[in-house]
Amino acid sequence: MQGLVDIFKPLYDLWLSFEAFMVGPASPGLLGYWIVIALMMTGFYIVIAHDNLVKKIVGLNVFQVSVFLFYILMAKVTGGTAPILAEGITQYSNPLPHVLILTAIVVGVATTALGLALVVRIRNAYDTIEDDEILAVEEEEDR
Amino acid sequence: MLMMGAVGLAIARIRDLFAVSMLSGIFSLIGAAAYVVLDAVDVAFTEAAVGAGISTVLMLGTLALTTRKEKLGGGKSKSTTAFLVVAVTGAVLVYGTFDMPRYGDKIAAIHHHVVPRYIEKSGEEVGMPNIVTSVLASYRSFDTLGEVFVIFTAATGVLAILGRARRRREDEEADEGGSDTKGAAS
Amino acid sequence: MMHRKVVLRVVSKFLIPPILLFALYVQFHGDFGPGGGFQAGVIFGSGFILYAILFGVETVKRVLPPWSTRLLLVVGVLTYGLTGVAGLILGGNYLDYNVLAHDPLHGQHYGILIVELGVGITVAASMITIFNVFAGQSGGD
Repeated sequence: MQGLVDIFKPLYDLWLSFEAFMVGPASPGLLGYWIVIALMMTGFYIVIAHDNLVKKIVGLNVFQVSVFLFYILMAKVTGGTAPILAEGITQYSNPLPHVLILTAIVVGVATTALGLALVVRIRNAYDTIEDDEILAVEEEEDR
Repeated sequence: MLMMGAVGLAIARIRDLFAVSMLSGIFSLIGAAAYVVLDAVDVAFTEAAVGAGISTVLMLGTLALTTRKEKLGGGKSKSTTAFLVVAVTGAVLVYGTFDMPRYGDKIAAIHHHVVPRYIEKSGEEVGMPNIVTSVLASYRSFDTLGEVFVIFTAATGVLAILGRARRRREDEEADEGGSDTKGAAS
Repeated sequence: MMHRKVVLRVVSKFLIPPILLFALYVQFHGDFGPGGGFQAGVIFGSGFILYAILFGVETVKRVLPPWSTRLLLVVGVLTYGLTGVAGLILGGNYLDYNVLAHDPLHGQHYGILIVELGVGITVAASMITIFNVFAGQSGGD
């Protein structure tokens, strides 16, 4: 068991050094938020720049995960542990965002499933899942 | 988290949708690891089960029903415009973070409204060690009720969209078959 | 399809019972460690989905016919809602668990357990339903 823990030691050390850099005097302590924003914008870019509907939904998922990460980042308290009551621990991370995000993840997958179902229906009706081709078919029908 | 960024970029570039759905699973898994180090064990658990498991399966199911390849092309001007919009939005958001509390700040506003009560009293009032569970199911059970209804509605919606569609198509085929035989008879 | 992937089929046969058991553990141990209805539901659902992927949707439909998952979907939501009504009838507010037993602490315990069970049933049933509908589509084509 200990050997298993040791395997992940370097990774955790890497994280600790990243965290030290993030709260250290050299940075404004906002680096985590900036990474989240970069991720969020990646998702946003996928949604608006791609025509494929499945790709758009993947983009929405990326956006979603980055919002979740944003909430969890805000919930972190330096020196805190996971919010499970135990003897001898006084500092916990904020449990409220955890609750909100926990439910949001499951709701997120349910809505993703709904979106994918719509994509399948669109494919059945138009024989394509590319945005511009669907528009072309629509114009064809209008004429 | 930097790894997440790399995977995100890969998702944006790769056009093979099969690889994209696999990458989105990897993306969720790395996200789950990030939640663990940020002390959100419950959330990490859910993300690992949901993001890496179910949604990848659903994506693959959709791909089996549609196409695997994303169409090439898609206009240079469109992606340039999109990039500009994204860059401006990102810049505005980064400007917004300058007012945010620092990472791990104990005196940030969100740690001071109802949360101290949850942390101090939930052991006595609800009697459960896991604060997340007691907040989820007891203090904020109305929220959770709403979420359960959302899931219920989504499942019903999928049933309504896909379950009915298939039956209708079968009906149409049956109708066509019927009219064909009729036409042949007349 | 049934003759290939022997390794996958054998390994998954070993894995599926522990997955379902683990889901139940997560469901009822959520008060003490990480876990709860949402996670348990997803894990329970994924056990069935794994089985459906490897052995075909029809095999799963023999165990869990479509009407039963739809029924479970409703039962889960109603379990949650009626727990709230039970609190109302026993003289508390809606979703007030303190009145469910003589001791408020026990009431809270029962309330959370039942509510989490409702959540778990709903999530598991909806995951299985959604997957069945998606998989049933390709079978129909």
